[in-house]
Amino acid sequence: MSWRLVRRSIVYVLLSIAAFVSVFPFYWMIVGATNKSALIVRGKADFGDNLFANAAAFFKLVDVPQVFWNSTEISVIATIATLAVSSTAGYGFEIFRSPIRERLFSFMLLLLTIPFAAIMVPLFSMVARAHLTNTFAAIILPTVASIFIIFYFRQATKAFPGELRDAARVDGLKEWQIFLFIYVPVMRSTYAAATIIVFLLNWNNYLWPLIVLQTNENKTVTLVVSTLLSAYVPDYGATLFATVLATLPTLIIFFALQRQFVAGLTGGVK
Amino acid sequence: MAHARLERSAQINGWLFIAPALVLLGLFLIYPILWSLWMSFQVGKGLNFHFGGFANIVRLTGDPVFIRALTNTCIFFFVQVPIMITLALLFAVALNDATLKLRGLLRTAIFLPCVTSLVAYSVLFKSMFAVDGVVNNALMFLHIIDSPIGWISDPFWAKVLIILAITWRWTGYNMVFYLAALQNIDPSIHESARIDGVPPWARFVYLTIPMLKPVILFTTVISTIGTLQLFDEPYNITLGGPSDATLTLSYYIYRLTFVFMPSYGYSATVSYVIVVIVAILSFLQFWIARDRRPRPKR
Repeated sequence: MSWRLVRRSIVYVLLSIAAFVSVFPFYWMIVGATNKSALIVRGKADFGDNLFANAAAFFKLVDVPQVFWNSTEISVIATIATLAVSSTAGYGFEIFRSPIRERLFSFMLLLLTIPFAAIMVPLFSMVARAHLTNTFAAIILPTVASIFIIFYFRQATKAFPGELRDAARVDGLKEWQIFLFIYVPVMRSTYAAATIIVFLLNWNNYLWPLIVLQTNENKTVTLVVSTLLSAYVPDYGATLFATVLATLPTLIIFFALQRQFVAGLTGGVK
Repeated sequence: MAHARLERSAQINGWLFIAPALVLLGLFLIYPILWSLWMSFQVGKGLNFHFGGFANIVRLTGDPVFIRALTNTCIFFFVQVPIMITLALLFAVALNDATLKLRGLLRTAIFLPCVTSLVAYSVLFKSMFAVDGVVNNALMFLHIIDSPIGWISDPFWAKVLIILAITWRWTGYNMVFYLAALQNIDPSIHESARIDGVPPWARFVYLTIPMLKPVILFTTVISTIGTLQLFDEPYNITLGGPSDATLTLSYYIYRLTFVFMPSYGYSATVSYVIVVIVAILSFLQFWIARDRRPRPKR
């Protein structure tokens, strides 16, 4: 019995350390937003009185409403477009089977292993030739057909009851009507999970916007935070304040929709 | 007759539903990857290039910066992925115990890092690991070290810092996959093994791991792809330094294309190195995890 107790204590201690290490940087971020830059790099880990000065510095350096609007606009449009295109494809692959399309699907899963670095140069060159540099369209278009989300919807569609489809067919609904008026409402929790995951991917996207967006008024939140950090002597107070603002939307989404969030991350493998 | 018409309609709809995705994938994935392949045989600067055969591949072998980026990427991969997968597995198994108190809280805490953007957590790590920063202070307070570690200025510790950062960000993410898979395992299997006197470690090695094999394979492949295209963290935390100690292949491609006078052909060649490594590693991982038992005939 006492051996069990020892083992249990070890599990608790290790998990608590892991939890502490995981959460501490969040505490650090919030505390840092209230401290002077010089104190932050000297490791001051309690609340200070510089919050308003940091906020003022950030708002002076950056057109904050504009930048947040840019991130929101890109993320919302990209999410809607990605869900529309990728969910229809996932549905199509699962409902209408044919040997050719099965082979196409396996080939797509192979493409999932192609790293972004391998296509970013040709993509940039395409964008430049189409005169789309510095536009939101250039950021959004390449992300819309997401193999991961297609795969996710195909897996989820396996749980879509066939009787519903049959009944709708007997009632004379066309295939696109079945999809739009029956499938979409029935699968709303799948859509919710996918929305969260796609929105966050776009909100946090970095490398591609870094390449495509060149003027300050078009920059996203992530790019602005990175620019603040790369200053020769970064103002950590303002940067951490900006980081809090940039992370806030994702934290709110996470805590409000924790169940769908986790389902969205893992749904593809079940 | 009616059956044939239904069949034809299914064919048409089958293509219609996937058409938009196929067109976009063709345009923004297939075309670029083929273009990249063609470019990797071109030499020249900017938009001025011509066919150079294997010149770029020859250039790779004599390029010390490429060799360094390749070595760094491999170090990150071989050190970081196993550590992270092991930690995630252990946490998942520990948290799967229904009698554990504060289970939900601990799980949420360990998962929390993956809501941060890669740039946001780069800011946190860069500021925490400053020379006089909070981490060095804590380590000195605990008498683990005597003098501050140059996390960002020392080539060795800079690599350690990047590995710590990625592990912090992704362990909880992988853990969630394992937790979901563990919940699908029938508890009676473990129960009967326990009654038969199989010790916990043996249940972990011989029952849990084999049953989680598909998920472990999936997360390993995902982590492999992620680690091989590492960019945001070295770019934001260490700027690839000191003296290229944390330069990765993706970062090198970025430099070749967007920082120096662009040499599209050569950067395309470097990018194909990543494609080839990912292909080889994924194949190896599938091969190692393959089902070795002969399948029963049905």
